[in-house]
Amino acid sequence: MIAVFVLKRIGAGVVLLLVLSFLVFSLLSLSPGTPLQALLGTRTASPELIDSLNVRYHLNDPFVVQYGRWLGDVVRLDLGSSISVQGGTAVGDILGERLALTAELALYALLLVLTVGLPLGMAAGIRRGRRLDRAVSLGATMAISAPAFVMAIVLLYIFGVALKWFPVYGTGTGFTERVSHLTLPAVTLATVLSAVLIRQTRAAMMNVMSQDYVAFARLRGLSPRRILVRYALRNASLPVITSLGLILVSLLSSTLFIEQVFSLPGIGTLLLQAVTNTDVPVVQGTVLILGAAVILINLAVDLLSLVVDPRVRLVAKEGA
Amino acid sequence: MSELTATPPQNEADPAAPAGSRRLRPPVLVWISGAVAAAILVLVTVGVWIAPYDPMHQDLMNTAAGPGNGHLLGTDSLGRDVLALLMSGAHNAVIGPLVIALGAVLFGTTLGMMAGWYGGLLDTLLCRWADLMYALPGLLVVVVVVGVIDGGYWLAVCVLLVLSLPTAFRMTRSVAAAQARLPYVEAARTLGLPAGRIIFRHILPNIMPTVLATFLLDFVGALIGLSGLSFLGLGAPAGTPDWGSLLQDGQSMLTVNPWVSLAPGLLLVLTATSITLLGDWMYDRFTEEGAHR
Repeated sequence: MIAVFVLKRIGAGVVLLLVLSFLVFSLLSLSPGTPLQALLGTRTASPELIDSLNVRYHLNDPFVVQYGRWLGDVVRLDLGSSISVQGGTAVGDILGERLALTAELALYALLLVLTVGLPLGMAAGIRRGRRLDRAVSLGATMAISAPAFVMAIVLLYIFGVALKWFPVYGTGTGFTERVSHLTLPAVTLATVLSAVLIRQTRAAMMNVMSQDYVAFARLRGLSPRRILVRYALRNASLPVITSLGLILVSLLSSTLFIEQVFSLPGIGTLLLQAVTNTDVPVVQGTVLILGAAVILINLAVDLLSLVVDPRVRLVAKEGA
Repeated sequence: MSELTATPPQNEADPAAPAGSRRLRPPVLVWISGAVAAAILVLVTVGVWIAPYDPMHQDLMNTAAGPGNGHLLGTDSLGRDVLALLMSGAHNAVIGPLVIALGAVLFGTTLGMMAGWYGGLLDTLLCRWADLMYALPGLLVVVVVVGVIDGGYWLAVCVLLVLSLPTAFRMTRSVAAAQARLPYVEAARTLGLPAGRIIFRHILPNIMPTVLATFLLDFVGALIGLSGLSFLGLGAPAGTPDWGSLLQDGQSMLTVNPWVSLAPGLLLVLTATSITLLGDWMYDRFTEEGAHR
């Protein structure tokens, strides 16, 4: 039953990706800069050169034929090759390289969120109204109002330029150097993500702790630890998991700014480069990958809530 | 308007409220936020004229200099006065978000009230659409659309407006649906009033606090989004002062004059925080949902 549910969702995701890629393709045809200009670069536009480029990249074909050809290649796992960002390199290779860096950054940030942000939010919710709660809530409100790029610049200035604790740009080689290069970006990303998560976790925890079953558990004299772990945490985790999906999706947006500030050649920087240079295959490939990521994140969140909440399981079985 | 709500707005110093609840937030903070918002509005309207220098004037004897020499916040790499750039940049930074928030509230509220009032298929379809929009990484969409079409400031404003619609829609939909079940609406219905009149003349005034709070929160989102685009070079047109682009310009001069980047950044955070606090306070103080939080 669950398998049917997953298959249905994946099918819907594929359809969504098709629509998305077609929309981006149409958008690119509206773009003022033609791929031909990008291909020519600084070379003189002799008629022979233009002809050969047109033939090689099929630029004279009608729009739908071009889209069809691109789609046919994608099915065979060929995303084409870059025009202007890294001329000639296969888009798949570029994506793999850039994606690896962004994934490292995201994992590092998630680790920080789960070990620092999440516990803080829970503690604030449990100790509602105490000093810790006030401090955490105020911090979260401020962090929510601070855009990722401002936070990145401020952290870069304090810890990179003024204190010189961390390098200010680049990726570094070797594990320790990589970690020290990625620390500032990851902290920035983690702060942005934690701000939302802390508010959600705090609210969920507060809600659960005021439920009757918690009061009864207390009356029965159960240990606070048992109440917290067996009763509160499990019930509070559902809204948190739901918000986790939104947070992971917003991670994709934030990483664009953070990579830009710290000059990291990740997937966000790639998208920006491709978009400003009208590199059609790279834009298409990046959008496809990011779209797939969004769909997978949402699917993973739904599956996770199936695991945690039997009620959702029931609905999913009926729906499938 | 608030006196029409079912429960009267409660006093700030409500003894029943638990310690640390949002309603006990000192009004001082709200006053400060209001003052900041007013100051920013002044900058938006007359910032260019009250700035100490012409923002585009290049003091070539003092390029990339720290504070001093008549420049309170120093100069950027072209010798332009940072304070003057900040003051005149408020216009670009704030006008777009104002338009976005106004548009989002206008259309989002109308759609939300219709969905809340009629329910049924219309409601289901609109909700599905809002869910879909929510699942999108908004800024990436804007970057792709604006970057590819090379459309600039106003295209960015339009795309951000469309992306902000779901928030306003969702907020109004739920409160409008709740209002639709109340006796005064039933009374209006019994009188045979047309749906449009009930929605706009009876329900709308009652949900106005929610609408205003949504407006402020939408504004903050748009302010951050649009400045972010300018930071990436996709928002404000090149050559016009703007907080986002100033931040980006200043990044390469963090060692010589950090204020080029830090000042617009702090100003953005200050503006966003103030408006958020105002919106939160308004929501807690004047809406039923907020009063029970």
